[in-house]
Amino acid sequence: MSAQAAPKWYPAEDVKTAKKTRKTARPQKLRASLVPGTVLILLAGRFRGKRVVYLKHLEDNTLLVSGPFKVNGVPLRRVNAAYVIATSTKVNVESVNVEKFNKTYFAREKVTREQKAEATFFDEQTAKKEVKAERVADQKTVDAALLAEIKKTPLLKQYLASTFSLKSGDKPHQLKF
Amino acid sequence: MSSSVKASNWRLVEVGRVVLINQGKYSGKLAAIVEIIDDKHVLVDGPATAVPRQSVNLGHVVLTKLTFDLPRGAKTGVVTKKWAKAEVSEKWTASSWAKKIAQRERRAALTDFERFQVLVLRKQKRYAVKKLVAKA
Repeated sequence: MSAQAAPKWYPAEDVKTAKKTRKTARPQKLRASLVPGTVLILLAGRFRGKRVVYLKHLEDNTLLVSGPFKVNGVPLRRVNAAYVIATSTKVNVESVNVEKFNKTYFAREKVTREQKAEATFFDEQTAKKEVKAERVADQKTVDAALLAEIKKTPLLKQYLASTFSLKSGDKPHQLKF
Repeated sequence: MSSSVKASNWRLVEVGRVVLINQGKYSGKLAAIVEIIDDKHVLVDGPATAVPRQSVNLGHVVLTKLTFDLPRGAKTGVVTKKWAKAEVSEKWTASSWAKKIAQRERRAALTDFERFQVLVLRKQKRYAVKKLVAKA
C-alpha cells in the first residue's frame, strides 16, 4: 500500500487553488547611458527642463537625482528613468555618500483614519507641510560634496542652472546629448 | 566699333576637374574627373580620398573650383601623383567651402554641455563687439 491511503471520496466542492505565477520580478535594467554622475534632463513633472545630476538607482526602479538644490532648485528626488534624457556630461560622484537614500527614506508618513478625521472635524487650517530638518541637512551635505566636484569644471554650474528647451530648427532626434 | 568675346568663367566638366560627391556611399568625398563618358556621366577617381575609380552621374556631384593637369583617361597611379603634386587636398581644406562643411559637422556633433558653452561664448563675443562699437 502506498504511504497515504487514497481518499474514499472526492470533495463535493472544488477547492480553489491559487494560480501559480511563472513570472518573477527582476530588477530594472537601465540604459547604458545611465551611470551615476550623469547629467540628466528631466522631461516631465514639476521640474521639467531642468538639468540634474543622477546619483543612485533605487530599489523601487527610480533614479535618485539632485539639482543640486542650491544650483537649480531641484531637491533630492526620485524620478522615472523613462522621463529623462541622459547627456554625455558626467560629474564625479564618488565623494557623495548616498547610502542612506532608499525607498523608505522617501516614503510618505502614514496618516491614520482617526488622525485624518480629527483634522477635518475641527476644520483646522491645514498648516503647510514643513520640510523635515533631516531632509534639509541631507540635502546640504549632498550638495556640498556635489558642488565641490561641479566647481572643478568651468561653466558646469551655470549649465546645471540653465533649463533645456527645444528652439525652432532643433531636431531632437538628431541632437547629440 | 569693336566687340570682344569673353570666355565664360563657368566651372567646366573637364578632365582634371575636382568634384565633390554628394550622394551615395562616397558622399562628402573628393574625386577627380578622369574621362567624360557622356553628357550625364563621368569617370572619376579619388585615390587620395579612398574613392575607387567609377562612373558617376553628374547630378550626384558638384564641381569645385579646383582643377589640375591630368591626361585623359589617366590611370589611378598617375592621378595619385598629379593630385599630390597639385596639392589638391591642401587647397581643398583651406577653402571656405570645406571649412563650412567642417563647421557644420562639428556643430552637429556638439553635446548638450558643449552647446551651452557655445551659447556663453557667443554672448561674450557679442558683448565685446558691442562695447567696442559703442566706443567707436
